[in-house]
Amino acid sequence: MSEILALAQRIASQAGPGEQIEAMVSTGRRTTVRAYQGEVEELTSAGSSGVGIRVIRDGRQGFAYAGSLDADVVAETLADARDNVQFAEFDEYNGLAEPDGVHPVELDLYHDALVNFDPQRKVELALELERLTLAIDPRVKGVRVASFSDSVGEGAVATSTGLAASGRGTFCYVSVSPLADDGEKTQIGYGFDVSRDPNLLDLHKAAREAVERTVRMIGATKPASRKLTVVLTAEVAADFFGIIGGMLGGDVVVKGRSPFADRMGDLIASPLVSLVDDPTNPASFGADSVDGEGLATRRNVLIDNGRLQSFVHNSYTARRMKTVSTGSAVRGYSSTPSVGCMALAIAPGMMTTAELYRHVGDGILVQSVSGLHSGVNPVSGDFSVGVEGVIIRGGELAEAVREATIASTLQRMLLDVDAVSSEVEWLPGGDASAPISIRDISLSGA
Amino acid sequence: MIDEALAQRVLAEATKLGGEWAEIFVEDRRNTNALLDDGRVEEMTSGRSRGAGIRVVFGETTGFAHTADLSEASLLQAAAAAGAVARQGGGGVKTVAFAPRTAPAPNAVAVLPESIGKAEKVALLQRANEAARSQGNAIVQVSAGYGDSRRRILVANTDGVWATDDQVRSLFRVSAVANGDTGMQTGYEANGFMIGWEFFDRIDVEEMGRNAANQALRKLMARPAPSGEVPVVIKQGSGGVMFHEACGHGLEADLVSKGASVFKDRVGQQVASPLVTLIDTATMADEWGSFTFDDEGHPAGNNTLIQDGVLTDYMWDHLRSRKLGHAQSGNGRRQSYQHLPMVRMTNTFVKAGATDPDAIVRDTAHGVYIAKLSGGQVNTATGDFVFGMSEAYLIENGEITHPLRDGNLIGNGPQVLMNIDVLGNDFAMGSPGMCGKDGQGVPVGDGQPTLRVPVGLSIGGTAA
Repeated sequence: MSEILALAQRIASQAGPGEQIEAMVSTGRRTTVRAYQGEVEELTSAGSSGVGIRVIRDGRQGFAYAGSLDADVVAETLADARDNVQFAEFDEYNGLAEPDGVHPVELDLYHDALVNFDPQRKVELALELERLTLAIDPRVKGVRVASFSDSVGEGAVATSTGLAASGRGTFCYVSVSPLADDGEKTQIGYGFDVSRDPNLLDLHKAAREAVERTVRMIGATKPASRKLTVVLTAEVAADFFGIIGGMLGGDVVVKGRSPFADRMGDLIASPLVSLVDDPTNPASFGADSVDGEGLATRRNVLIDNGRLQSFVHNSYTARRMKTVSTGSAVRGYSSTPSVGCMALAIAPGMMTTAELYRHVGDGILVQSVSGLHSGVNPVSGDFSVGVEGVIIRGGELAEAVREATIASTLQRMLLDVDAVSSEVEWLPGGDASAPISIRDISLSGA
Repeated sequence: MIDEALAQRVLAEATKLGGEWAEIFVEDRRNTNALLDDGRVEEMTSGRSRGAGIRVVFGETTGFAHTADLSEASLLQAAAAAGAVARQGGGGVKTVAFAPRTAPAPNAVAVLPESIGKAEKVALLQRANEAARSQGNAIVQVSAGYGDSRRRILVANTDGVWATDDQVRSLFRVSAVANGDTGMQTGYEANGFMIGWEFFDRIDVEEMGRNAANQALRKLMARPAPSGEVPVVIKQGSGGVMFHEACGHGLEADLVSKGASVFKDRVGQQVASPLVTLIDTATMADEWGSFTFDDEGHPAGNNTLIQDGVLTDYMWDHLRSRKLGHAQSGNGRRQSYQHLPMVRMTNTFVKAGATDPDAIVRDTAHGVYIAKLSGGQVNTATGDFVFGMSEAYLIENGEITHPLRDGNLIGNGPQVLMNIDVLGNDFAMGSPGMCGKDGQGVPVGDGQPTLRVPVGLSIGGTAA
């Protein structure tokens, strides 16, 4: 058994009569290499660990966390969590997760290839990515940064209700931000690749996509305001569906903060939209066999051909809604379990991305958005973000545009999805996404 | 935290392979947070984090390692890991003599939050909740949060710098949801200062609750915001984030030196309306983004970035200053000991102008009045930036009329700064902010007088 699971179990086993204790312990090591102008600009290598302890007694909950696993700190953290219990109020639904008979799937998320990867090779990957990026297009005059980063992490949860689970995983990532210049304005873009095994990282893809995104913005102008069809790239569509996934979380539903709270079984999206959260899929970088409360993760269908099929729950929101947890407790050691999607995937559509552009005919391809945190209100559904992208004319990509916004409401956008590309890809955040088109969006520019 | 002799041994270890410069940053941080939601105090949380980050510079390369274990063995191990960037060096052991630095503190903490019982902290939440709910049955949900933190830091480096700081911050926030015929709307109010429990002599949590509730209630009547370019008037104390995004990030020397800022090579040039004088200072008494020393041990700065529209200087950290032979400005900050410092803003504000703020509205035939902003984002290379409005109204015939639904505004920093045509003779600092850059969050403040941008800002609404 892993050391951190043993520690979590030792903490949980200290529960007295009438007391529930849950411990979450995590440890990790990470490396970051940043390359700039052929030199290593930064080399970070460090480990970190932490523990979060939740105590429930008489329907009241207390919590404490610490960024250390030293015995004296752990003891102080448990004492703090116990002390904090008396200051929270009674809630009949408070309680830890209980074993529910669902067995965690075995997932192969840990690759020795990363653990044993020569640190010098990490440096070379970052330097090589910068070189590749600079060699593709003469309009790329520099690179803000090219980086390699990796992490090896392990987490464990144990409860006095009899749950005990641990998991570990590896993750590595390369990214690059080219700077392109046409003499007037500088454009910056990004490209990346991600894997659990560093030998599988595709530097050429990262460089190519970064340069494509950057040079395509050269000469971009402010478009005229109008209503039009918007195509979101897979990354931007993932941001959009990520917000929708959050609105289907049991926490916002039980507290009346979701516009979809009373819509179960209704058609809330275009029939082209099916959304599944499946952390048991090892292809997802958000995959995990257990959730933040120690329950097995499972495949949850949220939207099925446009129809609202399920919310996601942790054990608290499930109890309040008289249902069962969907294994969707998400958290780090420094917070109590919240609710969220870990591996949200949109079902592929029937046409390629090129066909989708032709289907749209005239519109705009949005390749990046800004102000997601400031202009999107998941309670009211108001959606307004800054965009950069490329006009689609006659089904082909045409001139670049910038300094514009697109706006609608999240509720309308779901219903107005009029095509989904078949080219679904897994993204670094754990989601699988594909380009989609949405009708009747307000574009604000000049 | 650690004594001088140990710091000397750690820096000696860090530079023994030839590292040219090394630093140890030690941090001990405690947080207390309490959350009320859905009518109940849901949780009281205590957090603790302690550790050290060690940085070594060799040529163009920075090596960095951190550890949560402050024992000598662990610190020396981290020092060796960070120092390994200097491979070909012929170093030898050097011992640094430290010169303890002193600087005036921007605040005096009267009552440490840790000396106050948790029950008193929790009681504030219920008062805010009840006040918010008392504003009407349409208020269907209220959340209130209390937070205090104490962050003690020590910075020592091979230049002999030895600086310590003790940063106490207190925060209170309330959010409300109102439900009406057209769906739900939200209101939000937050206050935060770099002071202790005396914070609550200064703010009224019940008034904050009422304000958040009334903001949500007013928005129930909100119309879709206009779409396209519109004259914009921004209320005092609500729009500092516009400057944070429109030019603040673009004046950070790390971005400038890599050519990733639209403000590169612009020092000495007119970059804003002559009305605009922009300051970044961590010396402002009690303000959210203040401190005594930055996270590199440099005393807090009081820096004029733009004087009467002319760009006077960028903001600097140790690395960029060292490379370009420029003085540090006290803007080297980091989220925690687990992060490398970089150039960050502190409290960024525009000085007041001369015009009566009411006259600014009266003088605007048609436009949008923004009473509350909700953060923003910038592409520093192009200067294009967005910022969100969470409370805004139409201006019709010089009067503030209908509330508008939430949305983002977009503009180009250099253009918008030039276009500002009037500044109010009022001034206020805004809500406490968390600024994110390259994945690190640090507390920042902002402020401005009432001002107008007659052209160059487009509102991302849905109305024609």
